[in-house]
Amino acid sequence: MSFGQVLSLMFTAILVENFIFSKFYGCCPFLGVSDKPDTALGMGMAVTFVMTVSGMVTWAVYEYLLEPFGLEYLKTVAFILVIAALVQFIEMFLRKFIPTLYSALGIYLPLITTNCAVLSSALLIVQNDYDLLGAAVFGFSAALGFTLAITVFAGVRARLRIANPPRAFKGFPLTLITAGLLAMAFSCFSGIKL
Amino acid sequence: MQWSEVFLPVGIFAALGLLFGVLLAIAARAFAVKVDERIPKVLDHLPGANCGGCGRSGCAAMAEAIVKGEASPNDCTVCSAEGMAAIGEIMGVEVKKPVPMRAHVMCAGDCDTAVHRFRYEGAIDCIAAEKLGGGEKGCKYGCLGLGSCVKVCKYHAIHIQNGIAVIDDNRCIGCGACASVCPKHIIYIIPVSSKYAVHCRSAEKGIDTRKQCLLGCISCRLCEKNCPEGAIKVENFVASIDQDKCTGCGKCAEKCPRKIIRPV
Repeated sequence: MSFGQVLSLMFTAILVENFIFSKFYGCCPFLGVSDKPDTALGMGMAVTFVMTVSGMVTWAVYEYLLEPFGLEYLKTVAFILVIAALVQFIEMFLRKFIPTLYSALGIYLPLITTNCAVLSSALLIVQNDYDLLGAAVFGFSAALGFTLAITVFAGVRARLRIANPPRAFKGFPLTLITAGLLAMAFSCFSGIKL
Repeated sequence: MQWSEVFLPVGIFAALGLLFGVLLAIAARAFAVKVDERIPKVLDHLPGANCGGCGRSGCAAMAEAIVKGEASPNDCTVCSAEGMAAIGEIMGVEVKKPVPMRAHVMCAGDCDTAVHRFRYEGAIDCIAAEKLGGGEKGCKYGCLGLGSCVKVCKYHAIHIQNGIAVIDDNRCIGCGACASVCPKHIIYIIPVSSKYAVHCRSAEKGIDTRKQCLLGCISCRLCEKNCPEGAIKVENFVASIDQDKCTGCGKCAEKCPRKIIRPV
């Protein structure tokens, strides 16, 4: 994979095929933890961390375990198993060796176990036939796109809190409308091929 | 159909699961972090709601702070009395019994008794009215009755009755949200056991208070003189009751010429 390919893969994963705005993966944390920009950034960081590592590990599991035995049809089950164990392992590891990062990620790390964005990135890596570097780059950039989306959204929501919308729109309806508008803004990237 | 088609995947997944299980078990041992054994014990007695009311990220962080001595069990506003006592026992510290509180509006100047200087037709909000020359009531300390406290009360314990806020004691939990929003600062958080209260906070001289309100404390000091417990003090031209000393005998209410010391 050449440097140019890596760049184009990153651009595509972050903006053109943004996980939230063009694929609708990870909508739960996108709506749930986007109350404050700080927590949104924390969630984004945790997702980035897990998605990069899990992308590489699931790639290895698929390449060296599932494919040789012809078990490709079981990849979803295998990936869930791997991701769940991996998140647990990462949590223990961080707690012991990098306690500051552990407390910064806090409650978000275990929440990621059941995040569909992580699973879908693992599945997409396999579907698109990336190599190990491609898997790492794709996982990292897709998560970066997620972080970008959730942080921007949290910033907008922080401003909306002091706004005075019509009563019927207050709260969740307004959040969903805002999400739609943001998705429209991101749609300007759609169709760009590098 | 061959048996290997069934057993191979099952075997591989069982092996994978076993491998991860063993790895995690080893990791749990290898990466074990020593924590104070009191932390999980304290955590058991905290409410576990992770509400953040103590200013920490959750009950686990609070438990850690309590064990480290950075916080007192009393800092948790949700914890039950038994829970606090249990935590106190674990930590070997004395825990104060929380006194149940409730809010009370210290104003009796309703539409019939208070003098109105003008007719306010602005936004239905006490804070807005307060900014417009202190609101329509002649008394600077009177309840504006526009319901800013009603809006912030999550428990629907406040309603406006004849121009002043009235608090439903059955619903009030004493959270103090109304007291902090009231621009006149006339909502007080008092112990639930309180028997009497002075329904006026006017710091005007008696003669001026008389002009603004048919009720209102004129600082005659009759209550102060007649209180057998010395629980009433008149300061800044207004009486107030020290609820710790008050026994609820009711002599002050009897003597008050303005009838603003009332049972609460």
